[in-house]
Amino acid sequence: MQTTKSIARTFTLIVSVCTVLIFSVAIGSFYHRSRVALEQEVANNAAHLVLASINRVETTLHAIGKVAEDTSRSLEIAGYHDQSLTTLLKETLRDNRDIHGFGAAFDPNPAFNPPHPVVPYYFRQGERLVFAPEDNFQHLSQDWYQIPKELGQMAWSEPSFDKASGTILMTSCSVPIFSDNGREKQVRGVVVADVSLEWLTELVASIRVLDTGYSFLLSRNGTFLTHPDRDLIMNETIFSLAESRHKPDLREIGRKMVLGESGFVAYTNIHDVSTLMYYAPVPSTGWTLAVVFPEAELYADVRNLTLVVAGIALAGILLLTAAVYWVARRVTAPLGALAEATEAIASGHFDTELPAVKSSDEVGKLTLAFTAMTGALKKYIRNLTETTAAKERIQSELKMATDIQASLLPQLFPAFPDRPEFDIHAAMDPAKEVGGDFYDFFFIDPTNLCFLMADVADKGVPAALYMMVAKILLKTEGQRLGEPEQILSRVNEILAADNDSCMFTTVFCAILNTENGEVRFANAGHNAPVLISGGQAEFLSIRAGFVLGPIAETVYTAERITLEPGDVLFLYTDGITEAKSRSEELYGEERLLQTLQTASRQELAEMIRTVRAEVFRHADGAPQSDDVTMLAIKYRGMAARNP
Amino acid sequence: MWIGLAVPLVLFWLCLAHARAEGLAKVRLMPLWSPQAQFAGYYMAREKGIYARYGLDVDILEGGPGRSPLQSLISGEVDFAVLWLATALQQNDDGLKLVNLAQIIQRSSLMLVAKKASGIAGPADLQGRKVGLWAGELSLPVLAFLERYRLHVQRISQAYTVNLFLRGGIDAASAMWYNEYHTILNAGINPDELQVFSLHEHGISFPEDGLYALEQGYRKDPARARAFAQASLEGWRYAFAHPEETLEVVLRRMREAKVPASRSHQEWMLARMRDLIMPADSSETLGHLQLAGFQAAGTILHKHGAIEDIPDYATFTGDADADH
Repeated sequence: MQTTKSIARTFTLIVSVCTVLIFSVAIGSFYHRSRVALEQEVANNAAHLVLASINRVETTLHAIGKVAEDTSRSLEIAGYHDQSLTTLLKETLRDNRDIHGFGAAFDPNPAFNPPHPVVPYYFRQGERLVFAPEDNFQHLSQDWYQIPKELGQMAWSEPSFDKASGTILMTSCSVPIFSDNGREKQVRGVVVADVSLEWLTELVASIRVLDTGYSFLLSRNGTFLTHPDRDLIMNETIFSLAESRHKPDLREIGRKMVLGESGFVAYTNIHDVSTLMYYAPVPSTGWTLAVVFPEAELYADVRNLTLVVAGIALAGILLLTAAVYWVARRVTAPLGALAEATEAIASGHFDTELPAVKSSDEVGKLTLAFTAMTGALKKYIRNLTETTAAKERIQSELKMATDIQASLLPQLFPAFPDRPEFDIHAAMDPAKEVGGDFYDFFFIDPTNLCFLMADVADKGVPAALYMMVAKILLKTEGQRLGEPEQILSRVNEILAADNDSCMFTTVFCAILNTENGEVRFANAGHNAPVLISGGQAEFLSIRAGFVLGPIAETVYTAERITLEPGDVLFLYTDGITEAKSRSEELYGEERLLQTLQTASRQELAEMIRTVRAEVFRHADGAPQSDDVTMLAIKYRGMAARNP
Repeated sequence: MWIGLAVPLVLFWLCLAHARAEGLAKVRLMPLWSPQAQFAGYYMAREKGIYARYGLDVDILEGGPGRSPLQSLISGEVDFAVLWLATALQQNDDGLKLVNLAQIIQRSSLMLVAKKASGIAGPADLQGRKVGLWAGELSLPVLAFLERYRLHVQRISQAYTVNLFLRGGIDAASAMWYNEYHTILNAGINPDELQVFSLHEHGISFPEDGLYALEQGYRKDPARARAFAQASLEGWRYAFAHPEETLEVVLRRMREAKVPASRSHQEWMLARMRDLIMPADSSETLGHLQLAGFQAAGTILHKHGAIEDIPDYATFTGDADADH
C-alpha cells in the first residue's frame, strides 16, 4: 500500500511543482513587464502633464515679463516726466489683470535724473488702483531691484508671502532700465511688476496624479512654493529637507532641479513612501515643477491584476493537484491491490485470488497476465515436482548403479597376496555417478595374468551398461581364449553384431607370464601405457589398433615385451592426460611421465595416489570432465617367489 | 455645585498669578533680528521661567527689518538689547553710553563667501570684484579684512538675503557662519564649491552679540540688569543642554512671527551658536567680555576711523559701578 501512495504522491508532487514553477515564471514575467511598460507610460504621461502645466504657467509669466520689458524700453526711449511716468504705470497696470502691482524704481544718483517720487508704484485693491510711492531708498538693497540691476537683465525674484495677508505668495518681475550716455550703458532703474502666485498655487494644486499623488513647485533656490504639506511652503528648501531627513540623494535631485534639468527619478519621499517623480523647469523663472507618483498606487492595478491571476493560478493548481492525485490514486489503486495479491503469490500462495479485471487498460492487462502467469507457474511447479521426484528416483538408482559398477571392479588390494612375483594396483574416479572406464585383471591359468584397461566412449548410464557388457565379455572371452589379440577380436565381433547405438570402447589388453615377466598385449585404440624401468618412465611404443564395437572384422595384433624384475607397467585412461586446469590447460603426457618418474620408487598404491593427487592439484577445483582410471603392475620376478 | 466651587478657585488663582506677576519687574528685550536660534537662550530663559526666578518678567520683542534694537533702546521702548560690540563702541563714541551686561558671542562669526567657479581661491582674488556688504557697523569687520589684504573691491550693499550672490550678481557675499552660510548650502550649493573666508581665521576677531543697556538705565538698577544677564546666560546653558526642546520653542516663535522657519536651518544655527558662545577653554567664563577681544575690536574700529576713543573697559562693562 505504501508503494501505491508514493507513486500517486510523487506523480502529484512533480506535476504540482512543475505547474507552480511555470505559473511563477509566467506571472513574474508578466508583472515585471507590465511594470516596465506602465513605468514608461507613466513617465510619458508625467512629462506631458508637467510640460503642459509649465506651458500654461510660462505663457502667463512670459506675458507679464513682456509688459515689464516693454515699459522699460519705453522709459529708455522716451523721456517721461513725473506725471506721465505715473500715468504710464497706472495704465499699464490697469490693462494687465495678471499683475498685482506695477512700478518703477530709480537710482537716486542725480546723474541718472531720477524722477520724483523715486519709486512710483501702483497696486490693485479690488477694482481700485492705489498709488503707493516710496521715497526712502530702501529699494536699493532689495533683491527685486538689486538683482536685475547687477545682472543687467530681467529677473524674477524669490517668491515671498505678501505683507498684508501673509498667505498669498508674491513674486516680482523686474527689468532694468538702461541709460546710454554714449560712453557706457548703465542701469538707471528698474521696472517692477508684482505678481500674485495664487493662480499658480491653485494650478499646481490641481495637478493630481492617481489618488495620493501630488505635485509641488520649487523656487530657483529650491524653496517649496507649493506642496501638499503646508509646513514646507516657504519654510524649507529641498536641500534643508534632504539635510534633516538625511537623504543625500534628495539633495542631488535638488541640485539637478535648481540647475534647470528635467528628469524622471525614483525616490523615497518625506513620508518614507517609495515614489516616482518627474520634474521639469519653468524656464523664465528657473522654478521647478514636479509631480510625484506613489509607487504602491502606481503599481496597484498591475499588482491587483497579478494577484488575481496568481489567485486563479493557485486555485487552478490546487484543483489540478487534487485531480492528478485522484487520477493517480485511481490508476494505482488496482495496481496496489494487484501488488498485494502478487505479494501473496510471491510467498507461495498460488491460489490467491487476483483482483477482478474491470478495465482493459494496462492494469487490466497486467492482471490478466498475472492470472495467466500464476496458472503457468502452478503447472510448471507441478511438473517440476514430478520431475524432481523422478530425478530423485533416478539419482538413487544411479547411486545403486555406481555401487554395482564399483563392486564389479576388483577393489581389494593387494589382490593376490600369495603371488609375490608381481604386484598390481588400480583405482577409478568416475566423472559422473556411473563411469565409462573400467579395468580388470584375472588369472587365465596359474601363470598368466590378464589385465586390461578400457574406456567406453561417452559416460553415464549408457556407457556404464556398455561397459558392463564389454567387461563381462572381455573377462569370459579372456578366460576362454587366453591371447590378447584373440580376446579383442572376439569381443569386437560380439559387440559389433548388435551395435545399433554405435557405441565403442578402447581397450588395452595384456597378459603377464608371471614366471618370466613376458607381457603379451594387444591394443584397441587405447593410450599407450608407461613403462617404468630402472627409474626411467617412458611411453611404450605400441600399435594403435582400432576401437572395439563399430566394425566387426577388425584384426588386432599381439605384441610383447619382457619386464625385468622391478619394472612397472602403468595403464591409464585419457581422463588423466586430458584433465583440464582452470585455464583449460591439459595435464598432458609430459607431466604424467615426470610424475611417474619421481614416484618410480614408491609402492604401487602410493604411486597411484601420487598421480591422482597431482592430477587433482593440476585441475585446481576445475570440474572433472572424464573418468580418471589407473592401473599399475609391477613385476618382481620369480626370485621374489622363492627367496 | 462644582462650577460654584471652581469659579471662585479660578478667580483666586488668577489673582494670585496676577499678584506674582505684579511682584516681577517687567522689562523688555529686543534681539538683533527676527526670531531664530541666534536668540534661543533668551527664549528658553523666558520659557523655562528662568527670568521669573531672577525676579524678572521679560517681554522679548521681535527684531527684524525696520526694527532696530538700538533705536528701541534709545527711545526707551526696551530696557535691554542684543547688539554687536562694534555697534556699542561706535554709539559710545558718538556719546550714547551703553553698558555691556554680557558678551554672548566671543568671536567673529562673519565670513565672506565666494564661488570657487568664479575663480576666487584666496583673498587676493577678490581684488576689484563685487563684494556684498551689510549696512552700517556690520560691514566693519569685512572692511578690516579688505584693508588687511589691501583689497579694493566694488562694494555692493547687501540686503537680508543671499539671492543676489546666488544669482551671480556679486562675486562674494557677507555671511554669518550660523545663518547665511547655511542658507547658501540649502540653496543647493555644496560646501566644496564655495571659497570661504572666515574673518576670525584672518585675524579679525570681533566679539559679536552682547547684551546691552543704556548706562542711564543701568545705573537706576544695576542689580536688575545683572540678574537679567545672569538669567539670560542660564537660558543659554539650558538651550544647549536641551537642543530638541529649544528648537521647538524657536520654531514656534518663528511661526508666530510669520518668518520662514526651517528646522534643519535652526538646528544648524543652534549648533553654531553653541560653538560661538561656549568658551573654547575653561579659563574663560560664559558671557564674559574678554579684555583682549574688546581691545582688538576697539583698535580696529579706531584704525578705521569709526571711533576716536576706546572707552574704559571697566566703565563699559559696568564693573566700575558694580564695585560701588
